[in-house]
Amino acid sequence: MIWNEKIECATREEMSAIQSERLIKTVERVYHNVPSYRAKMQEKGLVPGDIKSVEDLSKLPFTEKTDLRDNYPFGMFTVPMSEIVRVHASSGTTGKPTVVGYTRNDLTMWSEVVTRTLCMAGVGQDDIVQIAYGYGLFTGGLGMHYGTENLGATVIPISGGNTQKQLQLMQDFGSSVIACTPSYALFLAEVMKENNIDPESLKLRVGIFGAEPWSENMRKEIEAKLKIKAIDIYGLSEVVGPGVSCECEEQAGMHINEDHFIPEIIHPETLEPMPPGEIGELVFTTVTKEGIPIIRYRTHDLTRLIYDKCKCGRTLVRMEKCMGRSDDMLIIRGVNVFPSQIESVLLEMSETEPHYLLIVEREGTLDVLKVMIEVQEQFFSDEIHKLEELKNKIKHNIQNTLGITVAVKLVEPKTIERTAGKSKRVIDNRKI
Amino acid sequence: MIIKQVSVFLENKRGRLNEVTHILGDAGINISAFTIADTSDFGILRLVVSDPDKAKKILKQNQFSVQTTDVVLVKTTNEPGSLAKLLEVLNSEEIFIEYMYSFSKNDDAAINVIRPVDIQKCMNILQSRKDKLLFTDEL
Repeated sequence: MIWNEKIECATREEMSAIQSERLIKTVERVYHNVPSYRAKMQEKGLVPGDIKSVEDLSKLPFTEKTDLRDNYPFGMFTVPMSEIVRVHASSGTTGKPTVVGYTRNDLTMWSEVVTRTLCMAGVGQDDIVQIAYGYGLFTGGLGMHYGTENLGATVIPISGGNTQKQLQLMQDFGSSVIACTPSYALFLAEVMKENNIDPESLKLRVGIFGAEPWSENMRKEIEAKLKIKAIDIYGLSEVVGPGVSCECEEQAGMHINEDHFIPEIIHPETLEPMPPGEIGELVFTTVTKEGIPIIRYRTHDLTRLIYDKCKCGRTLVRMEKCMGRSDDMLIIRGVNVFPSQIESVLLEMSETEPHYLLIVEREGTLDVLKVMIEVQEQFFSDEIHKLEELKNKIKHNIQNTLGITVAVKLVEPKTIERTAGKSKRVIDNRKI
Repeated sequence: MIIKQVSVFLENKRGRLNEVTHILGDAGINISAFTIADTSDFGILRLVVSDPDKAKKILKQNQFSVQTTDVVLVKTTNEPGSLAKLLEVLNSEEIFIEYMYSFSKNDDAAINVIRPVDIQKCMNILQSRKDKLLFTDEL
């Protein structure tokens, strides 16, 4: 079923007209209400009148995650707090999270786009949807929740974790849809096997997986082990949360809800727009959000856009599975990690520049982050217990800042390879 | 007597120990004793050598993390019960020991290397109890 056929199957001309009209209003609104946007536009010599259609999008300045942080917490909201009915926040890069706010209209729009994505995934009113994304500041849980209710399907708001209970409810309530991270789906499959639960005995038929990158091989593995159709969903809190785009049952790219979120592909270095079909960095402009509209937000995700009509009948532009990042951000068990965060933790603990290397592995189904640190003079002690304490302190401090557990390994000086004097920071060994 | 012990940080990987010994050997530094304190992924090599300052310098030049630490050297007789006697003295005076190791240079004497928490207190006690211990200033 196509939830909003008029939009989802619109011609390119119709879509451009909708986008243009909404873009003009959005630019007007941010220019007059958000000092940082106004300053950036003035810097480029732009006034709202210069943006006459979606064709003019590339004239506008970019927005980075740092802009949200610099205006922490509510500095980029375009409405007074009395109109904001909910906030969400994502993990921050230096302790401060990035905060987004939603008006009542924003929540209605968000529910609508999530409902569309559920329909794309083949979910209907008769389905029972087990939402195993975290509920709370993270957008995953509540975003999926209200979209599912809006569709009219049944929600099991179980949130993340508690695997035994997940399996029990899956059996007892007859969940037909599971929404979680793909790595958690694989973990569920493993625990099912340990508990002698035959996936064929369950009603489960669809999985909606997102919040971290995953490959076609992982899709095959999940589909084989859980006997379901595995659908990729994409979203980020700065744009709205889950529901920015999602695959349909054709599993041939994720349809972007482009009447609300206009995508562009830019060259990650020159920042110039790239021709359709080329791989580059994905950039989004929201054109209906009221709480915190966002102009040309650099996702740093690398992908390409497909403008052909899909076999499912939708004309909404599709984005391929993300093929990497244009920055050094890592996604570990759904948490965004920048090497610079770890560096600042290490810097706080010593006077001199630490030499470290991050190694990401997938052990079984879960991502493991290992931090190798060279034991320079400033760290070295003759006593084992002091070195063990140092290891634990590093582990503890990183955990406090990032919210994830890491393994710390102390290594000898100069063992970490240097390129042009600078250490190589990250080795990602995940075969995903 | 108090001597300088050389400590080296080592990762648990093949060939590292070999490298340290070669570097010292090539520099003409003699190793009187060494011991390794190990954990699951790293170890600390502790050495008593003929020239600790030179050893530190040369190992540093070879990119090792090196430190010298003051330790107490006590000579005991090489016979049953003499180590027990030494430890009894330290224990009765509440000297806490971070670590220690022993070696024997010739048949009639054993040399104990002790890293006490309070090195001065340990020295004072050993001086005052010289009668009970064979305590020497010679290595």
